[in-house]
Amino acid sequence: MTMDGFEEQLRTGPGDHAVPDISEAAAAAGLLDVAFTTVPSPVGELLIAVTPRGLVRVSYLDGALDATLDALAARVSPRVLAAPRRLDPVRRELDEYFAGARRRFDLALDWRLAQGFGRRVLQATAAIPFGAVSSYGAVAAAAGSPRAARAAGNALGANPLPIVVPCHRILHAGGGLGGYTGGVERKRVLLALEGRGAVTQRR
Amino acid sequence: MVPPPFQILLDAHGRDVHRFLVATVGRSDADDCFQETWLAALRAYPRLRDTRNLRGWVMRIAHNKAIDHLRARARAPVAELVEVGVVGPVGARDDSGLWAQVAALPVKQRAAVALRFVTDASYAEIATAMGTSEEAARRNVFEGLKRLRQEMA
Repeated sequence: MTMDGFEEQLRTGPGDHAVPDISEAAAAAGLLDVAFTTVPSPVGELLIAVTPRGLVRVSYLDGALDATLDALAARVSPRVLAAPRRLDPVRRELDEYFAGARRRFDLALDWRLAQGFGRRVLQATAAIPFGAVSSYGAVAAAAGSPRAARAAGNALGANPLPIVVPCHRILHAGGGLGGYTGGVERKRVLLALEGRGAVTQRR
Repeated sequence: MVPPPFQILLDAHGRDVHRFLVATVGRSDADDCFQETWLAALRAYPRLRDTRNLRGWVMRIAHNKAIDHLRARARAPVAELVEVGVVGPVGARDDSGLWAQVAALPVKQRAAVALRFVTDASYAEIATAMGTSEEAARRNVFEGLKRLRQEMA
């Protein structure tokens, strides 16, 4: 056997074996701080992530998986693992919502990515029911600062839990569509899905 | 500096860690060692100060788990050893004899040869993973190869 052939055989390695999934063992050991997966949806591919407390992030991916995971590592914990099964309940409720079979999400939420006034705005937004709409001023008032409509808009733009915390239901008081964290086209789709297609036609 | 999301590390090095473990502790125990390696890494990860050589760091943990495992196995009763089996020879492939010989190498030579060839590590990287000098890494690979050549001749 030539030296090259011999070393080549070593390099090939001891056969190919499936690499085991460690995410369940990590969760059982209390070491899985952020479990994530990606799911397709009518408004594009979503990243969804949970902590032991609940759903912490829903993100319109638009190809930016690495940046989204980096932000979770920096802001929640670097113990971030792909663990699709941990996201099964979230995926199920989202599927039902997009299929028109669910009007309210029954998921535990981890609010840690929103603080202070912004969190209060988002919590007020979470109370707006399916099919209803509200205004920036109204959620600002509900959050304790009636005159902070613009700040409320910023908080909604930074919503870490779009769709589930329905910031798409907040419109301008004058009837304009306003902005949206995933782009206004998605806002139209979500409002139409909730039977509010008409408001999206107004200018 | 915040370390990158752990999944990035797992995606980048998981396969090599697993191959290294199959080559050192054998197919039947590699999965357990693999899990122990990554859980140990995950446990220490948020407090990790130096994130410049994450591959070296995780290969070192894998090496230590393999050594722990082999030492524990060396102390185990013979019946248990039979049950665990030698290193997974690779089905109908011609080189199964080679991997049985690798499994028969002294532990340091076995680890060094596996790192060098199965994970394509440099001598500096082998030294980091095994906690030795580069000179010792070179020697372990050399002695291991020499022995394999004799056995396979």
